Amino acid sequence: MRHTKRLILLAALLLLGASVHAADKVKVGFLSTLSGPGAGLGVDIRDGFSLAIKHLNGKLGGLPAEVIVVDDQQKPEVAQQASEKFMKKDKVDFMTGIVFSNIMLAVGQPIFDSKTFFVSANAGPSQYAGDQCNPYFFNVAWQNDNLHEAVGKYVQDKGLKNVVLVAPNYPGGKDAMVGFKRFYKGKVGEEIYTKLGQLDYAAELAQIRSLKPDAVFFFLPGGMGINFVKQFVAAGLSADSQLFAPGFSADEDVIKAVGAPMLGMFNSSHWAHDMENAENKRFVADFQKEYGRLPSLYASQGYDAALLIDGAVRDVKGKLDDKDALRKALEAKRFKSVRGDFKLNTNHYPIQNYYLRVIGRDGQGRVTNKSMGTVFTNHADAYVAQCQMK
Amino acid sequence: MGLYASSQRRRTAAVLTLFALVALPWFLQVIDQAFYVSFASRVLIFALVATSLNLVIGFGGMVSFGHAAFFGAGAYTVAVLAESGVVSAGLAWPMAVVVAALLALLVGAISLRTRGVYFIMITLAFAQMAFYLVVSLKAWGGDDGLPLLRRSSFGNLDLKDDTTFYFIVLSALALALVALDRLAHSRFGRVIQCIRENETRMEALGYPVFSFKLVCFVIGGGLAGLAGALLVNQTGLASPSLLHWMLSGTLMVMIVLGGVGSVFGGVVGAVLLLLCEEFFVEFTTHWPIGLGLVLLAVVLWAPLGIAGLFGWGRNRE
Amino acid sequence: MIQLILEQALNGLQFGLMLFLLAAGLTLVFGIMDMINLAHGSLYMAGAYLAASATQASGSFMVGIAVAMLGTAILGALLEVTLLRRLYARNHLAQVLATFALILIANEVVRMIWGAQPVLLNAPDELSGPVNIGGFLYPAYRLLIIGVGALVAGLLYVLVTRTRLGMWVRAGASNREMTEALGVNVRLLFTAVFAFGAALCALAGALLGPLLAVQVGMGENILILAFVVIVIGGIGSIRGALVGSLLVGLVDTLGRAALPSLLRMFLSLEVASNLGPALASILIYVLMAAILFWRPEGLFPARA
Repeated sequence: MRHTKRLILLAALLLLGASVHAADKVKVGFLSTLSGPGAGLGVDIRDGFSLAIKHLNGKLGGLPAEVIVVDDQQKPEVAQQASEKFMKKDKVDFMTGIVFSNIMLAVGQPIFDSKTFFVSANAGPSQYAGDQCNPYFFNVAWQNDNLHEAVGKYVQDKGLKNVVLVAPNYPGGKDAMVGFKRFYKGKVGEEIYTKLGQLDYAAELAQIRSLKPDAVFFFLPGGMGINFVKQFVAAGLSADSQLFAPGFSADEDVIKAVGAPMLGMFNSSHWAHDMENAENKRFVADFQKEYGRLPSLYASQGYDAALLIDGAVRDVKGKLDDKDALRKALEAKRFKSVRGDFKLNTNHYPIQNYYLRVIGRDGQGRVTNKSMGTVFTNHADAYVAQCQMK
Repeated sequence: MGLYASSQRRRTAAVLTLFALVALPWFLQVIDQAFYVSFASRVLIFALVATSLNLVIGFGGMVSFGHAAFFGAGAYTVAVLAESGVVSAGLAWPMAVVVAALLALLVGAISLRTRGVYFIMITLAFAQMAFYLVVSLKAWGGDDGLPLLRRSSFGNLDLKDDTTFYFIVLSALALALVALDRLAHSRFGRVIQCIRENETRMEALGYPVFSFKLVCFVIGGGLAGLAGALLVNQTGLASPSLLHWMLSGTLMVMIVLGGVGSVFGGVVGAVLLLLCEEFFVEFTTHWPIGLGLVLLAVVLWAPLGIAGLFGWGRNRE
Repeated sequence: MIQLILEQALNGLQFGLMLFLLAAGLTLVFGIMDMINLAHGSLYMAGAYLAASATQASGSFMVGIAVAMLGTAILGALLEVTLLRRLYARNHLAQVLATFALILIANEVVRMIWGAQPVLLNAPDELSGPVNIGGFLYPAYRLLIIGVGALVAGLLYVLVTRTRLGMWVRAGASNREMTEALGVNVRLLFTAVFAFGAALCALAGALLGPLLAVQVGMGENILILAFVVIVIGGIGSIRGALVGSLLVGLVDTLGRAALPSLLRMFLSLEVASNLGPALASILIYVLMAAILFWRPEGLFPARA
């Protein structure tokens, strides 16, 4: 009985004549950190992504979009299980959302092996930019080192001599230190590695105090950064040392929690909410209307990730099974990003500008980021030469 | 275990369940839910480790709060061996059992000198030590865990195939249950139960109580190690969370739900808990509230668990 | 260098005193009612969340703390009367499981009401800067915590050793039947003890909230440490809880601070900064296991 049904189906397919048929909807597996101290990042990416879908009328590339959102709780084993379910049970066409690079590296290979495209809206490990680059991995945000490189250059140009570096001990943190030192050539007083998820920095701050640096460069995304800045100020260290950070530790989520003590802090970013292009204006206005808060750079990345998928699906006219065509469509990056124009490199990471921002008060008196200038123009990551893909 | 239950009824139910489990992969294929074969393997692995804990707590009367350490030890042994190139199941899995059993020997030898709440606390302490050790060693992956480079090789069988792996796990569980049943009805089993009921009297009668309890503890640990070896093959990652005290707690929840001291207590509990987790999460992300309430109800009013309701548990608490 | 050691020692003291707030309630409940209460950490979490909401609603940190302590005390009393009271007569496994169930329920309820993201709780602005202690700077807020902790420790000491209530509590711990026979309402006493322990948890939660993060599951980590403290100090003894928590607090903090530097003499930077905190954590458990082995009753056993 079962066999007869199968034969009929097969005949029908053959009659349709196409070996590759157009899908009737696009399934996206959204796996991100939605709880714990890193939750602010995942929630922003999710909200940015959802806003894009809303702007596209619930469709991606003209096809109805089904987005399944799962929380990885910032745990590799949970992420692994969720990822396996996405691939084997839900059979998603795309996956996106992961915040932390250690999680990305834990789930990456099986996803690529199953020929599912992963469009990273955040995690940009150096491993996937260099020798482990993969045709199924795309990143619309940046390579981990980039924002730190920009800060490194700025600190170097400013002539600061004695800097202490702080980052969590995980692939993203290591990339941060390496990136900063690529452009900062002065003395590094100390490289302090903290534990991922650590909340109390009393010990590290005491250590920093004893080192008496001119500047402290720190990369502590999400709740970690909030606590670090609060405790830094509380310990009286802001009087002697200046704080520098990539945009990750100086965006809306941290500003909302810490507030005025952050005024005057310089940070780097590939996007700012006061950028003048039309797409960004619409994005920022609608995000505030929808969610009641200013978007962070994470939200802009989630938004762009959806647009990248949308453009690619539109290009292949819904034929999601043709993986080669889909890959070429993704590489072509056919959409207008909220951060202005950028291209994708051969390793599928962006080539783009990086800007300097400073935290000040905007027209309405809110404490927020203001664009200050450009640090890098059309900057590519340092690992692309090691990537075999052309 | 199940000293007073009707063995005929038990045996029939066991055979029926075995048939159902053997037919499961075929059934899942038919309803196009082949993904759940790997889920079923996971459930059976947890059934195995829960059963190993039931041996220690329910049968042996030793409330160990650090059982997860042996589970994790088995998993890490296989992962570490795989990194060094040893992938044969015939070599790696027995090693996992041995490592876990040795760890249990060490922990038990020290902990069993204490009683009551102190025993609970000291087993917890040892598990925490193992957890922090594993988290700190970057060579073993640290916080993120150690990925399993290749699934163990089992002769000609391809463990990457979900169905093949499922049957291996099922065989392991079935063999373990048969062995434990035998153990329970042996002289050793009877002595252990008597020690559980009245330790002082057994000591007075001249039994080497300490040695008996230690052996029981070690067997439980070793079996947990086997479950760990199976789990790391299923998930592909040996993670420190496998040694966390919350997992020890979850295992205790399983055996209380399923039936403390009953042969099938671990199996029933694991199946119940993991099935609930998988399916109730579709309805509400807050399903743990329901689980908590059910657990409270069981502890307060059905101390022998679900198996107890069928008369398969011990007659006394 | 001296300043560094001093600063780290103060940090250890601060951590230890907060642990004491949790351990005090836990040891009383354990000592007097012979109950293992895993949900103690959830009361700490409840206190932190109530403080966060109350502080945001009222704009005053003091109001936040007061609401947290009162609310959690009431919650604790309710829990004790309806549920925990039935567990006193049961074995430890049943108590572990029932209170474990409470942890699960509490985490989900908190998630339902406040969401999965951490909630903001900020110290009052006046305390967000440093204080000058004889030439060196130390965060004012941490100093406040030390002050409050020391104050509570002192009050507890007076309460337990100098008042009639304290005498009843100690009597109830060593011999419940006799105490009842002497006319003391032991049931009410137990509820009061539990509620009081809950209030202390809430205070710790409210005070640590601005320093750490108010998030789901925040109770579990500190709960285990509290158990280690009371086992080291001696179950049922407030004095033991104080000594135990200071010991654990200092070992943990100084270990975290000193070990990486020590280890860096032989190992690489990354390994040392990973191994250091881990060894510090393991050290605490080694300490506990050693004490359990040689002095199973703890340092200051309450019962004869």
